[in-house]
Amino acid sequence: MNRDTRLAWINGLLLPLLNVLTAFAATAVLFVLINVNPLEAAETLLYGAFGYSEGIGYTFYYTTNFIFTGLAVAVAFHAGLFNIGGEGQAYIGGLGAGLAVFMLFPELSPWLMIPASILGAMIFGGAWAAGPGYLQAYRGSHIVITTIMFNFLAATLMVYLLVKVLREPGQMTPQTVLFPDNAWLPFVHDILPAFGLEMERSPLNLSILLALFMCLLVWFFLWQTRWGYAIRATGRNAHAAVYGGISQKKIIVVAMCISGALAGLVGINELVGYHHRIIMNFHLGYGFGGIAVALMGRNHPFGIVIAALLFGTLYQGGAELAFEWSNISRDIVVVMQGLVILFCGALEYMYKPWLVRWLAPVQEVRS
Amino acid sequence: MSEITTLNEIWLTVLLTLDATIRLSTPLVLAAMAGLFSERSGVVDIGLEGKMLAACFASATVAHFTGSPWLALLAAVMISLSLSLVHGFATITHKGDQIVSGVALNILVSGLTIILGLTWFRQGGQTPPLSGDGRFFAIDLPGADMLHSVPLFGALYKELISGHNILVYAAFALVPVVWWALFHTRFGLRVRAVGENPKAVDTAGISVNGLRYRAVMIGGVLCGVAGTYIAIAHNAQFTRDMTAGAGYIALAALIFGKWRPFTVLMSCLLFGFLQAFAMRIEGVDLPVVGAIPVQIIEAVPYLLTVILLAGFIGKAIPPKAVGKPYVKER
Repeated sequence: MNRDTRLAWINGLLLPLLNVLTAFAATAVLFVLINVNPLEAAETLLYGAFGYSEGIGYTFYYTTNFIFTGLAVAVAFHAGLFNIGGEGQAYIGGLGAGLAVFMLFPELSPWLMIPASILGAMIFGGAWAAGPGYLQAYRGSHIVITTIMFNFLAATLMVYLLVKVLREPGQMTPQTVLFPDNAWLPFVHDILPAFGLEMERSPLNLSILLALFMCLLVWFFLWQTRWGYAIRATGRNAHAAVYGGISQKKIIVVAMCISGALAGLVGINELVGYHHRIIMNFHLGYGFGGIAVALMGRNHPFGIVIAALLFGTLYQGGAELAFEWSNISRDIVVVMQGLVILFCGALEYMYKPWLVRWLAPVQEVRS
Repeated sequence: MSEITTLNEIWLTVLLTLDATIRLSTPLVLAAMAGLFSERSGVVDIGLEGKMLAACFASATVAHFTGSPWLALLAAVMISLSLSLVHGFATITHKGDQIVSGVALNILVSGLTIILGLTWFRQGGQTPPLSGDGRFFAIDLPGADMLHSVPLFGALYKELISGHNILVYAAFALVPVVWWALFHTRFGLRVRAVGENPKAVDTAGISVNGLRYRAVMIGGVLCGVAGTYIAIAHNAQFTRDMTAGAGYIALAALIFGKWRPFTVLMSCLLFGFLQAFAMRIEGVDLPVVGAIPVQIIEAVPYLLTVILLAGFIGKAIPPKAVGKPYVKER
């Protein structure tokens, strides 16, 4: 192998792998520190996530959310943008899904109702991201700060709407009335018997197919279309892209809209798929989790599915851990997300100089 | 006679709202000054929130075990300082993305505080409420009671100026110190230079990384104080995510104050006032407008920051080299 191939292997495989392992090792150290045997914990976790069919349902249900937000963060990353606003976009996406349902005739066929709610989620999520995108592109406001502000704005807006405007009459809980049941995305446990399979009840619904379809679509869009090329070119080298006739401003807005639309789909999985009404804080943590998923999945749809499955497993398995050990809660997953973002993101190149010196040293040139 | 009583009551309401403003602004001021140092040196600090939250947990824990607020403060500062060193290690030494590193710290801390809290206290992630010692208490300034009978000023002195804890006074005293350090010392000049044009600083033979590390560490110390204030002066225990976005509001205040100490102080007071005002008018029917939804007032700081960033009211120009890791040319 010549040096260039070795460097490609180091950057493409060895480095990401080492980074993930470091994050895992740090988590294992934490388990030891809080007096939990990491191996036993891993066993419990895996049992909780895959040991019985209800657990499996939950695992894939969480995975679905992480796929949506992971894709959202990745599309923005490809355009060189850091979309921290997944939280707000997911929340507002849920609002869009719900409003679409409430505004249509309650007797409408599910074949129209559900696509309409999906469209509502994507439009609302996309619009919520378009604001920061526009401000970045045309007014030069930093996208990270504006998306953070938009997260808080989304949270206050939703509290206001759910408490004052959309609340179910006569109820104390800030949530809307139930969606009509033709706006319910079918549960997987209701579908499987048609194929002769049995499954316990779980929140897993057909959104997971939508998530996988979105992975394909994002892959096709980013690597097979002109717009996707323009997005990636802008992210790699904005100056070169502009020189090549690509409008950077337009690309920023388009990438943010797509990113927000994908994040908005969390509202479909959560509300149209499971809760069947708009509730408070259904989105919490998924927007930030998406950052970890995208970083770990190297911003590629295939990698994102794997990383989302990992975090879905941790989310569901984490609940099982909390049963067994009183000092663990699902927050352990939040810790892991933080560690993944730290080691796979911020400290991405920590091992690089060391690996290069060891595996691909610069050859001395003899004269 | 009754008119005077109503006037006095209105005056007292105003004073109490302003008093709440001071208490709510204190952590914002400390965190914003932390961010000011960091960003003036060219390092974006999204991690203010996480450092404060870690400091909250550390101070509440140490105060619970030792009963000493000063030891609690020390522990909080050490924890926050070490987190700022992690941020420095990632972004200065390894040229990692500053935003990603800050986000990582925020998320890490929000989970870790709960897990450690569960392990040590088994109270659902909280620390036990502090009773008696272990907290910073209000200090009555001399003459507060004596001057009480003086019309208007007496109440102002007693309610607004006197009766805060030492961290509040420290936070407000800090602002001129920061201003002096940044604009009237050699160190301050260098910090500002390294945030504008690190190459020039490097050419002059001064270590860019060294300066940035020092600025980031100062930020760590100040976030430690801010967290201590929130946990054991303003409150009496640690609760889940108790900073509740104060770090982000401080960041907004930093931008809104255009990275200048006194304007940043003013923005912190404004944002603190909005919070205090929102609390006071919750559920109150006001004349003419009726009941204003609290959420609208709570949203104002974020809206103002977005509008400012969009360049509609003045222009917020950040330090030129902020967010960019410095790579020495070879």
